[in-house]
Amino acid sequence: MLTWLGAAWKRWKRWVQVSSDQLSVIGDRSAVSTHPQKVTGWRLFLKTVFARAYPRVIGQQREKSWMFFDIILPLGGVIAYVLVYKAIGAPAEYVGFVVMGGAMTAFWMNVLWSMSSQLYWEKEQGNLALYIMSPNSMMAVLLGMALGGMLATLLRAVAIVLLGSLMFQVQYAVTSFFQLLAVFVLAMAALYGMGMMTASLFLLLGREAWHLSNLAQEPIYLATGFYFPIKSLPFWVALGASIIPLTLGMDAMRQLVFPSGAKIGFLSVGVEIGVLMALCVVFLVGAKLLLAHMEKLAIREGRLTEARR
Amino acid sequence: MAESSFATRNLQPTTRNSESWRSFRIATWLGWQIESNWADPFLFAVYSIIKPLSGAAILVVMYGIIAQGNFSNPLFPYIYLGNAFYIYAGAMMTGVSWAVIDDREHYKTLKYMYIAPIRIPVYLLGRGVARFITGSFSVIITVLAGVLFLHLPLDVMTANWPLFFLALFIGVVMLAMMGLLIGSISLLLVHHVGFLGDAVASALYIFSGAIFPLDVLPAWLRPIGFIMPITYWLELVRRSLIGNVAQAFPTLAGFSNMELLGILLGLSLLFGVISILTFRFCDRRAREKGLIDRTTNY
Repeated sequence: MLTWLGAAWKRWKRWVQVSSDQLSVIGDRSAVSTHPQKVTGWRLFLKTVFARAYPRVIGQQREKSWMFFDIILPLGGVIAYVLVYKAIGAPAEYVGFVVMGGAMTAFWMNVLWSMSSQLYWEKEQGNLALYIMSPNSMMAVLLGMALGGMLATLLRAVAIVLLGSLMFQVQYAVTSFFQLLAVFVLAMAALYGMGMMTASLFLLLGREAWHLSNLAQEPIYLATGFYFPIKSLPFWVALGASIIPLTLGMDAMRQLVFPSGAKIGFLSVGVEIGVLMALCVVFLVGAKLLLAHMEKLAIREGRLTEARR
Repeated sequence: MAESSFATRNLQPTTRNSESWRSFRIATWLGWQIESNWADPFLFAVYSIIKPLSGAAILVVMYGIIAQGNFSNPLFPYIYLGNAFYIYAGAMMTGVSWAVIDDREHYKTLKYMYIAPIRIPVYLLGRGVARFITGSFSVIITVLAGVLFLHLPLDVMTANWPLFFLALFIGVVMLAMMGLLIGSISLLLVHHVGFLGDAVASALYIFSGAIFPLDVLPAWLRPIGFIMPITYWLELVRRSLIGNVAQAFPTLAGFSNMELLGILLGLSLLFGVISILTFRFCDRRAREKGLIDRTTNY
C-alpha cells in the first residue's frame, strides 16, 4: 500500500512538474529547449487547461490576503443586507436568501473580474500575445481559467455560507440533494461559459474593460435577485434577467434549500434545470465561435498588444 | 535629500502654498481625465447613473417586499438617504487610496510624482476630487429619484441647508483624510490592496448606521460605530434634509444638532491628524524600503 502511495505520489509530482513546465513555456521560450517533451491534440489541450487552472487554484491560496478580501468583502455585503432585513422585520428565511446570494456573488465577481476582463489584464501585462502565438488552443486557456476560478471560488463561497449561516443561524431544509447538485453544476457551467464568451468580447476592449466590469456589479445584483427572490420583480424583468444563469440557478437552489422556497419560486425547478441546460449549450458554443471570430478581429486590428491607458 | 529638505524648509510660504495648490489642481484634472475619458460623455453619464441607482434599487426592492410597498415608514428615508450619501464614503476613500496603486502599479508614474515639484499628500487628495465629482452626480441622481418616484419626504423649503452644507463640507474633508490614511498604508503593501479602500468602506457601511440604526447591531459592536465620524455625519445630513423624521431613531436622539456637529468636527480633526502622521510614517518607510517604484504585477 505504502509502495503504491509512494509511486502514485511520484507520478503526481512528475505530472505537476510537467504541467508547470508547460505553463512556463508560455512565458519563457528558452524553456522549450530544456524541456523538449512535445504533446499535441487532446493531451496538449488538457495540459493547457491544467496549466492555466493551476495558478488559479494554487496561486490564489498562496496569497492569503486575497482569501481574506474574497471572503470578507462579500460577507460585509451579506451582513449589511441581513441587518437591513432585521431592521425592517423580515421573516427569517430572507436572512438565508441573503447568505446564499452573498455566497453566489463570489462566483459572479470571479466571472466578471477573473474571466470576462481577464484577457484585458493579460493584454496589459503582455501575456496575451504570448498566449496567441503559443501552439495551443485559446479555448483551453479559457477553460483552464474557468475551472481553476470555479474551484478556487467554491472554497470562498463555502466559507461565506458557513460563516453567514453560523452568524445568523440560518435553517436549511434540502428537499432533493440530487436536484440541488444538478442545479449548481449546471448554473456554474452556464455562468463560466458566459464568462468565456464575454472574455472574447473583452479582447477588443482597452481601459473601458475595467469600467464595464465595474458597471456589471450592482445592476446585476439587482436584476438577478442576489438578495431577494426574483419573483418579486415584474415577470418580464425576471424573465429577461434569466439570461444570466445565476438568476435561475439561485431561484432553483432557494426552492430546494429553504422550507418556504417553493412559494417564492419564479418557475418550477424542473423548468429551471431545463433552461440552465440550454444556457450551458448556448454559452459554451457561443464562446467557441465568438472567440475564434474575436481573435481574428483583434489580430487584424492590431489590438493584441495595444495598451490604451 | 538633505539639501532638498533644506530647500523646502527655506521656501517662502507663498511658494509652498502655490506648490500645494498646483499639486491639488493638476491632480484633480488628472484624476478627472482618468475617471472620465475612457468613454464619450453620454456613455459616461449613463455609467454614472445606472450604478448608484441600481445599488439604491436593491434596498428599495428589499424594503418594498417586506413593507409591502409602504414607503411612508420613517425607516425608509433613513435607509435611502444613508445609502445615497454613503456613496461619498466609498468614492472618497477608494478614490484617494486607489491613486497610490494606480500610479505605482498601472501607470508606473508614482516614482516620477515623487521627484516632481509637488506635494504628494496634496496630490493624492487631489486625485480623490474626481471621485467626489462623480460621487456628487450619483448622490444627486439617487436623492432626486427618491423624491420623484418614492415620495422621499424631502422638502427643499424646510430643509436646513446651512447645516447640510456645513456637515457635507466637514464630512467630505474627513472622508478624504480617511482615504489618505488608507492610501498611506497602501504605500507599504502590494497591488491587491486596491481592495483595501473597498474593504474599509464595506466595513464602515455596517458600523456607521448608513442603512440601519446602530441599535440593530449587537451591543458589543455598537461602540465601533460611535467612534466613527461617518456615523455623526450621516445623522447630520439626514437631520438637515428630513428633520424630525431622522430624529425619530433612538441611537443619537439624545444629541442636539450642535452637539453632533461638535463631535463630527472633533473626530474629523482626530482622524485628520492620524492620517497625516500615518502618511509621514508610511512615506518614510516606503522610501527606506524602496517601495515607491515597486510593481507587484498581479
